[in-house]
Amino acid sequence: MQTALVIEQLLNGIQFGVMLFLMAAGLTLIFGVMGLINLAHGSLYMIGAFACASVAAATGSFWLGLVASLAAAAAAGAIVEVTVIRRLYERDHLDQVLATFALILIFSEGTRWLFGSFPLYLNIPSLLQGAVALPGGVHYPLYRLAIIGVGLAVALGLYLLIGRTRLGMRIRAGESDREMIGALGVDISTLYTVVFALGAALAGLAGAMVGALQSVEVGMGEPVLILAFVVIVIGGIGSIKGAFVGALLVGITDTMGRFLLPGMLAAVIGPAKASGIGAALASMLIYIVMALILAFRPKGLFAAQG
Amino acid sequence: MTRETVLNAILALLLLALPFAANAAGEPFYVTLATRMAVLALAAAGLNLALGFGGLVSFGHAAFFGIGGYAAGILAAHAFNAEPLLSWPFEIGGSDQMPVIWLVAALACGLVALPIGAISLRTSGVYFIMITLAFAQMIFYFAISWPSYGGQDGLSITLRNGFPGLNTMAPTSFFLVCYGLLMAALLLSWRLRDSRFGAALQAARQNEARVAAVGIDPLKIRLAAFTISAMITGVAGALFADLTRFVSPSMLSWQMSGELIVLIILGGTGRLFGPVAGAILFVMLEFVLGGMTDRWQFFLGLILLGVVLFARGGVVGLIAGRPRHG
Repeated sequence: MQTALVIEQLLNGIQFGVMLFLMAAGLTLIFGVMGLINLAHGSLYMIGAFACASVAAATGSFWLGLVASLAAAAAAGAIVEVTVIRRLYERDHLDQVLATFALILIFSEGTRWLFGSFPLYLNIPSLLQGAVALPGGVHYPLYRLAIIGVGLAVALGLYLLIGRTRLGMRIRAGESDREMIGALGVDISTLYTVVFALGAALAGLAGAMVGALQSVEVGMGEPVLILAFVVIVIGGIGSIKGAFVGALLVGITDTMGRFLLPGMLAAVIGPAKASGIGAALASMLIYIVMALILAFRPKGLFAAQG
Repeated sequence: MTRETVLNAILALLLLALPFAANAAGEPFYVTLATRMAVLALAAAGLNLALGFGGLVSFGHAAFFGIGGYAAGILAAHAFNAEPLLSWPFEIGGSDQMPVIWLVAALACGLVALPIGAISLRTSGVYFIMITLAFAQMIFYFAISWPSYGGQDGLSITLRNGFPGLNTMAPTSFFLVCYGLLMAALLLSWRLRDSRFGAALQAARQNEARVAAVGIDPLKIRLAAFTISAMITGVAGALFADLTRFVSPSMLSWQMSGELIVLIILGGTGRLFGPVAGAILFVMLEFVLGGMTDRWQFFLGLILLGVVLFARGGVVGLIAGRPRHG
């Protein structure tokens, strides 16, 4: 097998993982700080993609679209937090699941109402078109490398934000004791809205960037949402570090599994059967990994305090 | 009689009367609607054992619903094509008899639910929700990429499976079969809820440490509840496949799991007839809203949101008040 192909698939896995991290970071922050399961996070991803695609189509600029996606997703997140989510913090997980499930229905159908059922398309900006030659004879699309770069930058930014700033300090304080920081005079409901909007913006960013690689359509968010849940559960809910490690693990496992499993099986049971079983196994692989990890570490790899 | 008992009796009679009223009014389509209510209520009644009584929020019960459906589809396909399901070491043929199919569906779901439950129940809270979802997704993707039984396209059931002594192709007979099973499942739920097992299960939901302290292993109790719950939902899946005469991976999808949870919360979590009330209301909403606008899901979402935010306790809670204890 050529090394070039393996490196390319590995990079695809990292790109996928980094994209999952953008989704998972918001989810895990929202869960860690507010204790809320947000199924509608995939809808925010979709909103980001639609905002980017429609603004880019209207203005001809991908970059304006990217700005629009951040703004639209953050605004949608803030509005939803203030109108609905705020009432759910004190409820049990069951109510949260149902309410955010209802939000998915509203967002999906609302988007279909506004944009119709046909997918939108988003072009890769001219600045990032083409491929780069990497050592080892690999030619890799520049745009995907850029996604990896953005994801790593966001990870670093979040690390600094949470660890080094006043807002980050409040977020961490909110995770460990919300009554206490409320008593110390921090406006907790504003803090929650800010955290929710931040998570939403990250999801919107992920949606916009992925929108240029695939079609932008209603329902694009939910498969990613479920993978992002797998990521935060593997990583340990509430932990940004866990989300990062989990995202890369899931991204690489999934991509490499699809790439390598059918071939490996073919050597054992013959190519005819292997393509079917290999594909079936490969698509189940990350869930198997997740089950294994949870069977041994029920709170994930980097369990947050408490 | 408490108000809840009266309400339960009314719900049971209402559902039973619906197909006969539909036939009398010359609108046989509504019989199918009533059958859909009964089948979804059965599926939700299964989930209610785990979710309502046990507090185990399984976001993966579509797995069992789908496995039941595939049990019906696969057995019927083998029987129809007269191909044995297994030819070695001994021959096992397909079947187009509902009782056999239900048994196979329940057993298959039980066998799948045991390991899933044993792993998932080590976790709790959100982790439990997510790991059950992950297992269901695993089975969903398996069904999509496994080519033998239709893969992504699903599997049609050419002729609805039979029941000894009944013509199941007649909508009212099939409704009665489904209704009978629903009532049997509700009877079982009721007996289980009020048994020592049910007391332990509900106690484990309220205070796990105390249950453990009196010498009952909460894990075993929960695993048993989870497995029984999966088996009931599996039988409902087999009926659903027979109702639509079609099985596809969408029966295994996470939206289906969400829908089952929706049914329970709409009706009233942990209430015996909650699933029935929820299924009647949900199918009606789907039908009425679907008749008015193509955008019915939008309004369904708004209604669900309203129920969660303002009408806690669902339909049964709204009409019959709070349950007598916790």
